[in-house]
Amino acid sequence: MSMTIEQRRQHRLMTIEKSLAKRHRKENRFRRLGLAAVMTGMTLVAILFVSILMRGVPAFWQATFFMDLYFDPEVIQLEEKPERASGESQSEFNERFSAWQTQAGLVNWQSLIDRALEDKLDEDIEPSQLRDLRALLASNERFTLRNKFMDDPSVLGQTVEVKMLASANVDVWIKGNINRDLADARQQLSAQTRAWADQLYDEGIIRNAFSTALFLNMDSRSSPASAGLAGAFMGSLFMMIIVIMLSVPLGVASAVYLEEFAPKNRLTDIIEININNLAAVPSIVFGLLGASIFIGYLGLPLSAPIVGGLVLTLMTLPTIIIATRASLRSIPASIRQAALGIGASKVQTVFHHVLPIALPGILTGSILGVAQALGETAPLLLIGMNAFVANVPSTPFEQSAALPVQIYLWQGNELRNFFEARTSAAIIVLLALMLSLNALAIWLRKKFETRW
Amino acid sequence: MTNLALIATLLMIMALAYHLGLTRSRAVAAEHDVRMHSRPGYYGALVALWCGLPALALFLLWSFLAPQLIDMLVIQQLPADLVAGMSDRELATFLRRVTALANERSVSGGGSSEELAAAAHMARLQTFENLSLVALMAVFAVAGLVYARRNISPHWRARNQVELVITIALAASSGIAIFTTVGIVLSMLGETLKFFTFISPAEFFLGTTWNPRFSTSGTDAQGEFGLLPLLWGTMMVSAIALLIAIPVGLMTAIYMAEYAPPWLRNVAKPIIEILAGIPTIVYGFFALIVIGPFLSSFGDLIGINIRTTSALTAGLVMGIMIIPFVSSLSDDIITQVPKSLRDGALGLGATKSETIRQVVLPAALPGIVGAFLLAASRAIGETMIVVLAAGNNPVLHANPFEAVSTITVTIVNQLTGDMDFASPQSLVAFALGLTLFVITLGLNVIALVVVRKFRQQYE
Repeated sequence: MSMTIEQRRQHRLMTIEKSLAKRHRKENRFRRLGLAAVMTGMTLVAILFVSILMRGVPAFWQATFFMDLYFDPEVIQLEEKPERASGESQSEFNERFSAWQTQAGLVNWQSLIDRALEDKLDEDIEPSQLRDLRALLASNERFTLRNKFMDDPSVLGQTVEVKMLASANVDVWIKGNINRDLADARQQLSAQTRAWADQLYDEGIIRNAFSTALFLNMDSRSSPASAGLAGAFMGSLFMMIIVIMLSVPLGVASAVYLEEFAPKNRLTDIIEININNLAAVPSIVFGLLGASIFIGYLGLPLSAPIVGGLVLTLMTLPTIIIATRASLRSIPASIRQAALGIGASKVQTVFHHVLPIALPGILTGSILGVAQALGETAPLLLIGMNAFVANVPSTPFEQSAALPVQIYLWQGNELRNFFEARTSAAIIVLLALMLSLNALAIWLRKKFETRW
Repeated sequence: MTNLALIATLLMIMALAYHLGLTRSRAVAAEHDVRMHSRPGYYGALVALWCGLPALALFLLWSFLAPQLIDMLVIQQLPADLVAGMSDRELATFLRRVTALANERSVSGGGSSEELAAAAHMARLQTFENLSLVALMAVFAVAGLVYARRNISPHWRARNQVELVITIALAASSGIAIFTTVGIVLSMLGETLKFFTFISPAEFFLGTTWNPRFSTSGTDAQGEFGLLPLLWGTMMVSAIALLIAIPVGLMTAIYMAEYAPPWLRNVAKPIIEILAGIPTIVYGFFALIVIGPFLSSFGDLIGINIRTTSALTAGLVMGIMIIPFVSSLSDDIITQVPKSLRDGALGLGATKSETIRQVVLPAALPGIVGAFLLAASRAIGETMIVVLAAGNNPVLHANPFEAVSTITVTIVNQLTGDMDFASPQSLVAFALGLTLFVITLGLNVIALVVVRKFRQQYE
């Protein structure tokens, strides 16, 4: 009846064998699950980048007119461009020059464009068709033409090839970003304009050409095809300068104090907990702080980079403090002991020996913090930076846009077909800036990393 | 002279003072033929500090007090009947317009004759004030310089004094973090209390309807400011996000820490960290143009009506955003579990996955829970994704395929546009912000305490 010891052993081994296969299957399943999670993460990165790139890259090339334009002296009835005469004071000259500029502004540049188009289309344009005709070009191009003439008035009476941006709707139509089979009523362009656009595209007068408008122009409402990021870029640049100038010194100073000087007591404990918490406070709360203190109480101007910079500084500080502290902590005590041992004071030890070694880590942390601040949007919305600003700020106290806020504004534009691509292009610009900052940080870390 | 130029000049004088101190200390050393207490640079720095700090302190005090003093003087010389006829608020507006006029900025309406007269007076006062500031600062700077330079002697402990100033400056910078927190709490508390004079806290915290624009119809009604629909929306979106981020993030962390060969770790880790560096506005746009339409057509395919902008869209993309956050925090925690625990389990014959599930994870549990809490707090405070992709529909419902609104979205909606700090429509943003701050603060504090406990356990 009863099994021998040997039988029992056999039996037990068999049970283990049986369960072992099952356990190994489980092991494999678990491992594959982990791999799947990693792959999911990487696939998501890929999908995100591919979809943004696919939409955004074509927007760097815009439908552009390359056509001959006759600078008709009968239309451009202007005196000669003023030259500064000898003996004339700067202010007199400026006055004369601005009078000339005003005159140039009154010239009917649009009619020159109309005529050139008429030539190209080889048709007589009825006055009633003028609207359709003018829908072809970006409405700002008449100013581009004016500026071109003012830079070089010698083209008067000549026929010159000019390069002008097509309107946003033509760009959309040519690139096929709108369903070409939609009924007339649902198209953004009239049938006539669309036919003309196709004709000119076939003749090679409209071509897709790389456009600098996105980088060099300011935002524009009336002429979306020439809307650009210049203002937003300057605004972001000002803010980043403020953030770097304030948050890096302050952050490093407070980290050095907490890590090297502070006595271990209740107060430093509170500061420490406080900093860790600040790092996790939602960014929008910093926006509320900015709205109520910097704008409501201190009366700083709305939508100004100075306010944005201050808000982002407060937001970035904890990140930099934490990174700096980690970097200081990784330096072995022997360095400090050696310096103190040969008679350096505490301050000398820190500033002459500890900080230089910690510098790469501090730099890396600071760059990452600044990159994060560059992409931050929510707090800027609360300090009025979502206002439409159509000029490039020259000081941090002027109204300005910022790169991420410009993206927010563009994605909300009603001209969806056009701005979806343009927003993606703006995102590419922002991501390129941020990723190069990140790459710089990683490179610095790799290059200067010391393992103790 | 503008303030910037003033400070720049002061800095230049300080550089000069440094040089003077330096040469003076060398001269003293040569003259008495003794060793100075400190190296020459410290004497230079000390002279520069004596020269710059008092002047700087004066400057700060002055820029804080002078405008108020000028306002007072301007009001004093206004016709008495004009001041008597104005409320405090009107007086403040009047002063703002006068200040603008005095600084040659234009004001709407051009300015009345009283305003112009007051502006002229103010401009005179400002000129006087500016000149006296420059003169006083010059006196302070020179006096400090001369005093310190005279004092240079072999026994003057310059290094200790300079180091004392440095230490104080360092300590002061670390106080900024405290001031920020205090600033956040006080500013939001103040505005929130103002808000509660319009709407009772009970109505706010327990109200189930959100309809702040009611008052535009001209009735006395203030609109309805019920927090619950927003809180509910926030919870729904965050829950969806965590449902996605926690499994994927945790499994990623486990795989990275326990299984991945070094090459995969080196490739995959930076790539996933890229996800963490992408600005949230980009995620929002991604949700709007890729994920939203995809979910919507997927819903059509299986016969569910999914809106393009819905709790699901926002939650899904927010989940993607939090994955790297969860995975890097959990990775840190898992690698901190001591090797001896693993070795023990493996030695008893457990498979690797059994070791992880039955030994490593339970040991790391407090830390991982802390990581989840931090992730939750991040999800709750996230703004741009929900602004773009959640649809802004502040209604209490339980359908994740429908649009919702969250606390953060509503803060943005209520506080963009005109900034009028007197209407409940704007002030409610601060009440919402305070609510958000308290919720996230609570989660953070618990998380930090838990993680710290966990760390101490294995240190």
